[in-house]
Amino acid sequence: MEEKGFGTEELIVNMGPQHPSTHGVLRLLLTLDGEKVVDCEVIIGYLHRGVEKLAENRDYKQNIILTDRLDYLASMTNNLAYVQAVEKLMDVKVPERAEYIRVTVAELQRIASHLVWLGTHAMDIGAMTVFLYCFREREEILNLFEMLCGARLTYNYMRIGGVSCDLPDDFAGKAYKFVEKFPKLIDEYEVLLTKNRIWLDRTVGVGVISGEDGIDLGLSGPNIRGSGVEWDVRKAEPYSIYDRFNFQIPVGEKGDTYDRYLVRMEEMRQSNNIVKQALEQLPEGEIMAKVPRIIKPPKGEVYHSIEAPKGELGFYIVSDGTSTSPYRLKIRPPSFVNLESFKKMIKGHLVADVIAIIGTLDIVLGEVDR
Amino acid sequence: MAGLCAGHCKKLVMEENGLVKSLRERFPDAILEVTALRDLKSEITIRVKKDSILDICACLKKEFKFNLLSDLCGVHYPDKDEKFEVVYHLFSIETKERVRLKAGLREGEKVKSVTSVWGTADWHEREAFDLLGIGFEDHPNLKRILLPDDWEGHPLRKDYPYRSKDAEPEKTP
Repeated sequence: MEEKGFGTEELIVNMGPQHPSTHGVLRLLLTLDGEKVVDCEVIIGYLHRGVEKLAENRDYKQNIILTDRLDYLASMTNNLAYVQAVEKLMDVKVPERAEYIRVTVAELQRIASHLVWLGTHAMDIGAMTVFLYCFREREEILNLFEMLCGARLTYNYMRIGGVSCDLPDDFAGKAYKFVEKFPKLIDEYEVLLTKNRIWLDRTVGVGVISGEDGIDLGLSGPNIRGSGVEWDVRKAEPYSIYDRFNFQIPVGEKGDTYDRYLVRMEEMRQSNNIVKQALEQLPEGEIMAKVPRIIKPPKGEVYHSIEAPKGELGFYIVSDGTSTSPYRLKIRPPSFVNLESFKKMIKGHLVADVIAIIGTLDIVLGEVDR
Repeated sequence: MAGLCAGHCKKLVMEENGLVKSLRERFPDAILEVTALRDLKSEITIRVKKDSILDICACLKKEFKFNLLSDLCGVHYPDKDEKFEVVYHLFSIETKERVRLKAGLREGEKVKSVTSVWGTADWHEREAFDLLGIGFEDHPNLKRILLPDDWEGHPLRKDYPYRSKDAEPEKTP
């Protein structure tokens, strides 16, 4: 009798687009050898709404609300990137007070976005408590934003030339109270995770990417800084008034999920610091520059990018000089570009690490698909 | 007077720029036009011949340290001779400089893919192909990315209807 060995063959498994840990409608085709991922195809576009086409048919002011719906966990920074691009094109000087308000809300937004990342990332890997803590603090930031503009998710707060309304009387006080207590709360999250054995097992050495590969694949934000590349748009090309604040750029070493975790934790502390400085220096004055009622930028083109919570968020606007809507508006979303690295990060890892790597990339599908 | 100064500054930014100068020396025939937005150093646009785009990109990455392709996109100009423009936004993490390259394409023409220079160009080029129908030569996997594979047309072209009521009625079999 002939003895036959068990043949092994690769298996293709579909994951998503409806799956709780893909953080939206992301679909993955995983080629598995046993439990190991040998190849992977990322399929996106399930949330494509044609934002760039819509923008070509709406005027410059109306487009602000479209940007809210890109990275819906960080609408403020989306607003900021877009209005600054238009301001750069039109050469508008924004009043001091408006700049300070913008920085305050943008950094609070970064904290809120990182809190959602931490909560969901930890929950995906199995730590439930952190999720509850993170959402407790995020709630406070959302309450502040609600005071400011009435909305909790899609703010539509910034305007071309400034911001839509001044801070309510008790905003600065409440925000300051939050900023005072927040560093202690970050320590609390760190107690739960940083030296936790399960957390270390699930994140150390998972999804490693070198700085060189990361740059080649266009990785930006905390993801590239986790690999030791010290590049932050706020420092490299200081926009708004970021050159006036004192803050550090945390960087990692190994470029794994754990380092990216540490980078984001430190970033929350630094953002907290910036909010504190901005609130202390907040000047009195106008909140809107004198801009024409009908926005019609001169003929030309502009690319402006800012450091959004997820990475470099850029807007490329082409104006034909005669129309009140952009001739072409291209969005460079950080999540779209960051997701491109997924394939490189997952190869050779286990299926369970897919979840950890999606979490660490911190993608929002509204921004990936636009 | 102010206008004169601004114009002068703009010219200075464009002509005195070391990058533009050395590129002109390296590729004397390929640089077609240099423009800038006001006197902003980060907003210099270099229009190049489409056949030399790959060489110029490789040179910019290797010799001028433009190690990051920030963005790549297409623009449709139905009234122009060169109906499509491919726009490259380069950034150097070391020197913190930015530059914008542009290549014009006639209807049906293709441009060489820059995936061999920057890996990130892969998805960007797929997007430009998907939404504008721009072809990229030597791209490893040129297929639609945001829209379904069986989608007809390219939405970001100017002749593509904006609203469904502007579109032609669907043919019923």
